[in-house]
Amino acid sequence: MNHKKTAYLGLFAAVAIIFGYVESLIPFFAGIPGMKLGLANLAVLFILEKYTWKEAALVSAVRILVIGFLFGNMFSILYSLAGAALSLAVMTLMKKFSGFSILGISVAGGVSHNIGQLIVAALIVENTSLLYYAPALLISGVVTGLLIGLLTGEVTKRIRL
Amino acid sequence: MKKKEVIFIISILASALLLWGIMLLIRKGDYGSVRITVNGEEYGTYSLSQDQVISIGETNVCEIRDGQIKMTGADCPDHLCMKQKAVGSSGGTIVCLPNKVVIEGVKAAGSEESSPEFDTAV
Repeated sequence: MNHKKTAYLGLFAAVAIIFGYVESLIPFFAGIPGMKLGLANLAVLFILEKYTWKEAALVSAVRILVIGFLFGNMFSILYSLAGAALSLAVMTLMKKFSGFSILGISVAGGVSHNIGQLIVAALIVENTSLLYYAPALLISGVVTGLLIGLLTGEVTKRIRL
Repeated sequence: MKKKEVIFIISILASALLLWGIMLLIRKGDYGSVRITVNGEEYGTYSLSQDQVISIGETNVCEIRDGQIKMTGADCPDHLCMKQKAVGSSGGTIVCLPNKVVIEGVKAAGSEESSPEFDTAV
């Protein structure tokens, strides 16, 4: 890993952490737990576009641990890790095999993030009635995925590493 | 956006709507009471027709009023469960993830201990 890349990854991890904080200030809550914008995914998606999934996973893990210890608890870290891991895995596969643009990849990431979190939540409370939230979380994953995809596309065009 | 991406997105939305429709059908009915579970184990079943305040362990407090149940207290930092929609006669779920508390509507009219008037009527 060269010095320039190390600096950039640190920078984007910081950006992702700040996005996570900004998001905690936005009351984006429609009575459904787990519904949020996913601003931090902007940084992760950007890294995935510019580098590989390994760098994206690193930035994502640093973000979740820092945000979790600052504003959350062990459970929120667990949910975030489950969502982020599934989301990044799906986005990486999509980028490699689907031929989708950043928009489609972002939508797939948003949807799979929500599904991952929902599954972990249902496992932790040991109650399947949580799965009633699935339709709402699928739709919100598509909407936020489109938004984040659009934003990341614009950012990727303008920032050259 | 490419055509296959549009198809991909539409198929997710369509399956979400389908899933939603199926759940509406399954959940249809009159929900007279709620079941509270903690950590996957049943804590109690309460009739919605009887106004009361229920303490769930030492972590959460919920209140039944006017045929609806709402979470009114939680010791977790985010308080997301207190912002969730009240569960009434059309059913629903309230979840407190940190404390593993789930309140869900059940179709039964009410359990034995919460509706003694049924016993006296027989």
